[in-house]
Amino acid sequence: MLEVKDMVVAYGRVNAVKGITFTVEKGQVVTLLGTNGAGKSTTLRAISGLLKLVSGSITFEGQRLDGVPAHKIVERGIAQSPEGRRLFRRMSVEDNLKLGAYSRKDPAGVRSDLARVYDLFPVLGERRHEAAGLFSGGEQQMLAIGRAMMSQPKLLMLDEPSMGLSPIMTQTIMRTIRTLQSEGVTILLVEQNASAALSLADRGYVLEVGHIMFSDTGRALLGDDRVKRAYLGAS
Amino acid sequence: MDLFWQQLINGLSLGALYALIAVGYTVVYGIVQLINFAHGEIFMVGAFGAFATWVVMGSPKQMSWQAAVFGLLPAMIVGGMIVSVSVALLTERLAYRPLRDAPRLAPLITAIGISVFLQEVVRLFFGTIPGMPDAKRAIPFPTVTGISGRSFQIGTVTVQNSAVFTIAALAVCTVFLWFFVNRTKTGRAMVATSQDPDTARLMGINVDRVIMSAFAVGAALAAIAGVAHGMRYGNIDFRMGFLAGLKAFTAAVLGGIGNINGAVVGGLVLGVVESMATTFIPGQFGSPAWKDVWAFVLLILVLVFRPQGLLGAKVVDRA
Ligand SMILES: Nc1ncnc2c1ncn2[C@@H]1O[C@H](COP(=O)(O)OP(=O)(O)OP(=O)(O)O)[C@@H](O)[C@H]1O
Ligand SMILES: [Mg+2]
Repeated sequence: MLEVKDMVVAYGRVNAVKGITFTVEKGQVVTLLGTNGAGKSTTLRAISGLLKLVSGSITFEGQRLDGVPAHKIVERGIAQSPEGRRLFRRMSVEDNLKLGAYSRKDPAGVRSDLARVYDLFPVLGERRHEAAGLFSGGEQQMLAIGRAMMSQPKLLMLDEPSMGLSPIMTQTIMRTIRTLQSEGVTILLVEQNASAALSLADRGYVLEVGHIMFSDTGRALLGDDRVKRAYLGAS
Repeated sequence: MDLFWQQLINGLSLGALYALIAVGYTVVYGIVQLINFAHGEIFMVGAFGAFATWVVMGSPKQMSWQAAVFGLLPAMIVGGMIVSVSVALLTERLAYRPLRDAPRLAPLITAIGISVFLQEVVRLFFGTIPGMPDAKRAIPFPTVTGISGRSFQIGTVTVQNSAVFTIAALAVCTVFLWFFVNRTKTGRAMVATSQDPDTARLMGINVDRVIMSAFAVGAALAAIAGVAHGMRYGNIDFRMGFLAGLKAFTAAVLGGIGNINGAVVGGLVLGVVESMATTFIPGQFGSPAWKDVWAFVLLILVLVFRPQGLLGAKVVDRA
């Protein structure tokens, strides 16, 4: 479904992603692991069209994505919940969610998806008219995920969705990801919480300073010594 | 006391003119953090566009007030808007957009350059358009029967019909803007873009289009101000955008740059302060020559004691 090939992305003259190749198959949950600064967020930002490629290519459902402007990429069916949430803080919960559905033209579908997000995260529904900036970090994270779901994406990219969440909330998020997957949404997940991510993932890629070091199935990586040492806190 | 009311009316009508222009500074700033110093000239070309529309209509002179108010005036406003919006969009496309990622100083200097450029283009070339008068000197603005030069009395207070037009136009525009920003999709996209442009793009918002609509909305209001200015002062000239633009910019900062309601309030406050200062400050400091001084003194005071402006600037918060 998504193929990233030899992708190089730079900030100014500094390459942050130095030629990575990976694929995401339809219906899979794929996770990108890596230390801070490895280039995970940069990869997602490039796929969303916020950053231009220096070289390489991105293909989505058989069509080239690199060079397509960001707002058109949403229309193609890719949504992102960015790192650090990036909510429209002075807007209400509902306005944030509606902006997530900005590119959609089916008001009835938008309304039912809105109800669905409120169903998934009741606190958002109860306080739908309050400004997003007034919510706790975890609640804001729910809103960021809900907002990304509102575009009805085929591919949903989540950048550290469990950041700042309690273990219970993290579980809720992981369950939500499972549900979405069972509904046919493909997921590209960037996580600090490697064990949670890997137990969900069909496939994992491990990035280090702009390169993919190795990849395997989620299960295999959970048992991999290198992963255990670097990301699972085992010695 | 009558003098007070008289000056209040004068101040409000002058302030409404500033406010109509100030909105353009503030919406553009709110979205691209650019002080568009050429916006005064957008107001100027709007006035010239309205004038040209009148010429194209055959320079009608004698007509009933109904024909003037419901035919000529709307036609001139629309003509002025077409010109000012086109020029604003061209400047955005050709001058500002290529500099979107350049250091802040580059578009600012460009704006000053465009301002001079537009003045000179009008001065040198307006008269070369068939049918148009030479614009090196002030041009008498067409008389809108029933508004231009007409006034009525409330007690001893004289109210110019053009003042009523300006204040009414501002009121209508303010309601329109509120509706646009809060109730239309493009308006919501504008607010989102002003808060966080990258995330707006992740929502599927075409940020280039949002920026264009900000320039267009500001230019349309500036054109209305151009017509109001023509009816108020009876003539227009290629330099008219300079001081009016500077005052409107002051009004925008006064109200809190980036804040649309702030631009409206800032404009009105500035107009009233100017007209009150020339009446109630004794001695030479209250003479008309000092009017602009008081306007900028007010600006300095606000910047010292309330730098975010009267209603608070919409500072972009990127989480
Ligand atoms: N806006 C930017 N300008 C310049 N360099 C940047 C920018 N954003 C990221 N970088 C650099 O690019 C590299 C990759 O950053 P990136 O944010 O993709 O890492 P990451 O894998 O998401 O890390 P983290 O786990 O901390 O979120 C880092 O060296 C970082 O310093
Ligand atoms: Mg990151």
